[in-house]
Amino acid sequence: MEYFLQQLINGVTLGSIYGLIAIGYTMVYGIIGMINFAHGDVFMVGAFLALIVYLALVAIGITFVPLALLIVLLVAMALTALYGWTVERIAYRPLRGSFRLAPLISAIGMSIFLQNFVQQAQGARVKPLQPVAPGGFQFGAADGFVVNVSYVQLMIVGATIAIMTGFTLLVTKTSLGRAQRACEQDRKMAALLGVDVDRTISLTFVMGAALASVAGLMYLLYYGVIDFYIGFVAGVKAFTAAVLGGIGSLPGAMLGGLLIGLIETFWSAYFSVEYKDVAAFSILAIVLIFLPSGLLGRPEVEKV
Amino acid sequence: MSAPLLSIEGVTAYYGAIAALKGVDVTVDEGEIVTLIGANGAGKSTLMMTIFGAPQARDGRIVFDGRDITRVPTHDIARMKLAQSPEGRRVFPRMTVLENLQMGAAVTSYAHYDEDLERMFAIFPRLKERASQRGGTLSGGEQQMLAIARALMSRPRLLLLDEPSLGLAPLIVKQIFSVIRELNRTEGLTVFLVEQNAYHALKLAHRGYVMVNGRITLSGGGRELLEREEVRAAYLEGGRH
Repeated sequence: MEYFLQQLINGVTLGSIYGLIAIGYTMVYGIIGMINFAHGDVFMVGAFLALIVYLALVAIGITFVPLALLIVLLVAMALTALYGWTVERIAYRPLRGSFRLAPLISAIGMSIFLQNFVQQAQGARVKPLQPVAPGGFQFGAADGFVVNVSYVQLMIVGATIAIMTGFTLLVTKTSLGRAQRACEQDRKMAALLGVDVDRTISLTFVMGAALASVAGLMYLLYYGVIDFYIGFVAGVKAFTAAVLGGIGSLPGAMLGGLLIGLIETFWSAYFSVEYKDVAAFSILAIVLIFLPSGLLGRPEVEKV
Repeated sequence: MSAPLLSIEGVTAYYGAIAALKGVDVTVDEGEIVTLIGANGAGKSTLMMTIFGAPQARDGRIVFDGRDITRVPTHDIARMKLAQSPEGRRVFPRMTVLENLQMGAAVTSYAHYDEDLERMFAIFPRLKERASQRGGTLSGGEQQMLAIARALMSRPRLLLLDEPSLGLAPLIVKQIFSVIRELNRTEGLTVFLVEQNAYHALKLAHRGYVMVNGRITLSGGGRELLEREEVRAAYLEGGRH
């Protein structure tokens, strides 16, 4: 039972990270119908920016951890958002209105570019970070098996819940969120109602990138090492999560992320670590056979 | 006489290499209901969209309220108090009725939102009953009411209506046309109406234009056009009156 609980906690933590990245995929897909293959690498850039900012803060003597992390979070979000904005501006916007595959190919190119750029600029070796907030809570020590909940795990899950709540409110209740959904459902009509479509699409990329950078910071704190390649693996997983939940659906992305995190963790815990990815992808395949539009996705056909 | 609220001067528009508008001149004065009738594919809806810069006119110019808007981006035109209930209604299917109306009010920064919402619900009581229902679940008539109400939420100086009668039961068409007449009579709302339903449109409008193949072939007062032999032959066959 304790073992199960421990894995549940680990799975939820991992799932939070996937969920935050998955939102970026699903939002961009929703609004321009394109899979942003560079999104995983934007997440990676976010992790690097977080590390750089953190080390810079330590270097100038800001070592009070909560303050340092807050500054890191804000600065990394802002800078990564700038990356997201730039990627859209130079790699996708000029191709809008061209054939459907063009931006997809451009996205793959952008992904390779970002990986190589970070590899060149930061080196190919893994970058470690000393544990920032070691320790945590322990439960059930009496009957032999201890359940550990580290401060970092709590922070990750707590921050994810807070951010996703805020984000959901933003999309469902504000004028900006409405404009975004309007562009998603009918871009031409949105423009007829005074919505600046290009600006709204830019903002979508900015928001997706900001969320990815939060995930990047969490990944850095959780694993303690990053390299230029983490974006590929995490990106594929988060993309899987978005598809599993139903691409285009925000709650779907969150749910999908959580599920992929749990599947992976439980599979590793009870079966074998080697096949954890096979397990995650197999479940995706099975779900898609029975629910082609994902768990919470909407079917393609709708009443007009 | 003062300058017209909307003037379209020698406008051409293309879809790729195909000319959809071949030099169109239309004016709409403040307080008027002007209608544009013509067969399917004549270019009527293209003209409505060209006024909004999507597609932009290739030649000629479009002046609204003294400003040349020929090269202005679509969303900026929408912010100039020009509103459209477009062809096919284009209600946002996965937004509630209320959210659809909020989208209409966005250009006013929600300045008169509560007041305008009450007004729309008074004009179209059905929308009030359906307020929290998704746009995609409404009937065709309700969607048309919503599209018009959404356009009115922006307090437009000129309302463009593209085929509000399309696919609707005659009773609902009558209802919608009487709403348009009322708004024009009581509030002086200026309306530019595109219709295939020539009889109703010409009866309603002060003036009308007939479009054939991307060109205006006839124009005149609504009643006057209704009496013209060529109009009756082409658009009122099997006449409904």
